[in-house]
Amino acid sequence: MPNMDPKKTPAVEQDPIVRSGNFQEVSAGYTTYEMAKGEAERCLNCKNMPCVSGCPVNVQIPSFIQKIKEGDMAGAHAILKSTSNLPAICGRVCPQESQCECKCVRGIKGEPVGIGRLERFVADWGMQHADELPQPESAAPNGKKVAVVGSGPAGLTCAGDLAKLGYQVTIFEALHTPGGVLVYGIPEFRLPKSLVRQEIATVEALGVEIRTNSVIGRMETVDELLEEYDAVFVGSGAGLPNFQKIPGENLNGVYSANEFLTRINLMKAYTFPEADTPVRVGKRAAIIGGGNVAMDAARCAKRLGAEEVYIVYRRSEKEMPARVEEVHHAKEEGIIFKMLCNPVEIEGDENGCVKSMQCIEMELGEPDASGRRRPVPKQGSEFELAVDTVVVAIGNSPNPLIKSTTPGLETQKWGGIIADEDGRTSKKGVYAGGDAVTGAATVILAMGAGKKAAAAIHQDLSGASV
Amino acid sequence: MYPIVTKRRLHDTVTLMEIEAPGVARKAQPGQFIILRIDEQGERIPLTIAGYDREKGTVTIIFQKVGATTRRLDTLEEGEALQDFVGPLGKPSELEGKQGKKIAVIGGGLGIAIAYPQAKALHEAGADVDVIVGFRSTSLFILMDELKDACHNLYVMTDDGSNGHKGFVTTALEERLQAGVHYDEVIAIGPLPMMRGVCNMTKEYGIPTIVSMNPIMIDGTGMCGGCRLTVGGETKFACVDGPDFDGHLVDFDEAISRSRMYKAEEAISMERHADCNLMKKGESANA
Repeated sequence: MPNMDPKKTPAVEQDPIVRSGNFQEVSAGYTTYEMAKGEAERCLNCKNMPCVSGCPVNVQIPSFIQKIKEGDMAGAHAILKSTSNLPAICGRVCPQESQCECKCVRGIKGEPVGIGRLERFVADWGMQHADELPQPESAAPNGKKVAVVGSGPAGLTCAGDLAKLGYQVTIFEALHTPGGVLVYGIPEFRLPKSLVRQEIATVEALGVEIRTNSVIGRMETVDELLEEYDAVFVGSGAGLPNFQKIPGENLNGVYSANEFLTRINLMKAYTFPEADTPVRVGKRAAIIGGGNVAMDAARCAKRLGAEEVYIVYRRSEKEMPARVEEVHHAKEEGIIFKMLCNPVEIEGDENGCVKSMQCIEMELGEPDASGRRRPVPKQGSEFELAVDTVVVAIGNSPNPLIKSTTPGLETQKWGGIIADEDGRTSKKGVYAGGDAVTGAATVILAMGAGKKAAAAIHQDLSGASV
Repeated sequence: MYPIVTKRRLHDTVTLMEIEAPGVARKAQPGQFIILRIDEQGERIPLTIAGYDREKGTVTIIFQKVGATTRRLDTLEEGEALQDFVGPLGKPSELEGKQGKKIAVIGGGLGIAIAYPQAKALHEAGADVDVIVGFRSTSLFILMDELKDACHNLYVMTDDGSNGHKGFVTTALEERLQAGVHYDEVIAIGPLPMMRGVCNMTKEYGIPTIVSMNPIMIDGTGMCGGCRLTVGGETKFACVDGPDFDGHLVDFDEAISRSRMYKAEEAISMERHADCNLMKKGESANA
């Protein structure tokens, strides 16, 4: 008999007060097999598998859950790994509520099956038992070489899939550590870096070479790569941070979310002065934006000692693009949500440091191009928020480096690389996917794009389809 | 790892290093920069490329001991290696079409190390180059022989007048301008107040002026936006839009304020590393 409890089996989490003072992982997930089994029993094993249609990398969800029920963890793990190169990461950072879990029939009356938590449980089990598991099999080398630009989720997925098919793959990473947004963007308390390293090691174990400190567009161009490689995949991510273009944005104490998070996550500023890179947070911080990045920045600010941390978002909570769980966690940790509120100016003191932010209240009008109701300012509702740090988390524009150094590579007006559904660009031999194409999106969509591009590269180079 | 091939102290506070980094050397051009990290706990710092040897696969950097990282860098010796060394970053300086132009290349302090390759490239490209450099004192002179060979006229100023030419680089520039010398272009590289001073003067005379900005940055590829500055009322990123900008449009007050952002943290870091070095010395004394 399935477990008909309408609620998900809760995951083990650090107490909000305790965790808002440390960078250790917030959720421990399911800590015993019994917990996972209990949740797995909630899956009805639907024949038409609606959940799978919600997964960008096509994880065979009911099948791996059945294996958990049967106690066959190695089997569950093998099913996961057959479609996802980075399951421990997906289980933690995917927006399941708008993907697999939103399609789950259990969600009609009650909560859907905790697919993300189960995925994480199986992936973590796999990491703990890595030595006992059969090594992933790769096809015999086919003599073809592929260059991958960027070692974030799109690049790692593309590289892993191609390596399994026998390609010799080299990843070029601009930073000193591979992982892209997984290491510079997503904080330790949500995605431990040791785990990212381990997932990357499994991709390297497939024969993928990763060259750090390699900025494509400067050190080598895409055209130069094409002389040596049979194909190039560009997964360079959502480069340049957007600002609001309001007065005071260049004051000391105003950070882009990219900079704020990179200082903390990649450069380990939370251990300063042990690590040489500092970050300044102050006592009161305002984070502008309503996505996962804004939540990450807010929760980092709290952990770094800010007494009051605000999320300032111009629409209402319903329109916030952040994962429900992140919003929930942020609230538990005492982040103050200022909804329907937009900054108009940042003011500084005599030393050029932020001292306050002028905001205006908003109300929702008619739906805009995104289908969401357009926020419009309420006349005369201006107010001042005393803050000493402002983090701008309103998205990124693609990095112009590759575009400007790759003749024949067509881009959108806003800078995104133009690619078809399978990642083929306007330039022969060049493929692209992830945020470089779509603008800032999610880890899992980037992985999905990397996967499709790998299939397209394989098809174009060998005539075979995957 | 990126081995230190040569280390030469130019004087007490300024050191030259040649770093083995063939990928960077292959593409480096005057005006571009690199970012380095000493070790796993180190910060990323940008340094302008002072020279390169494509055949040897080396890149030359010249740095001044001003902060924790540069002090630590100065303790490394030939044969040791840097954890990370990435580049070339930024746009190369515009050196095309300068033949026959009269150009003043002005360098202050460590900026001279960066001005030198530009002056050399312009001189070789057939421009009529005057170099004006300023030091606090004769004891801090660097690259004097190299500079002589990279220009038509070399003017050296000292703050204390110890070489007989007391004053700032702007003093020398003004003398030249008042004497009726016509410059088609001025290139100014050095501390922010110096570049601001030069720009204020050349603006009066209507001489196009290029400055090289070196703000705080992390990735150097456009991702963090920490290096942003206001140029002509617009926000620009020094790492991808620069580092060279039209000096008459740069908001220097803002750039100076932003360069001071981490003064307090820098002091903490320096103290910490000073303690570490003392401890190291203590250990070796005990060994």
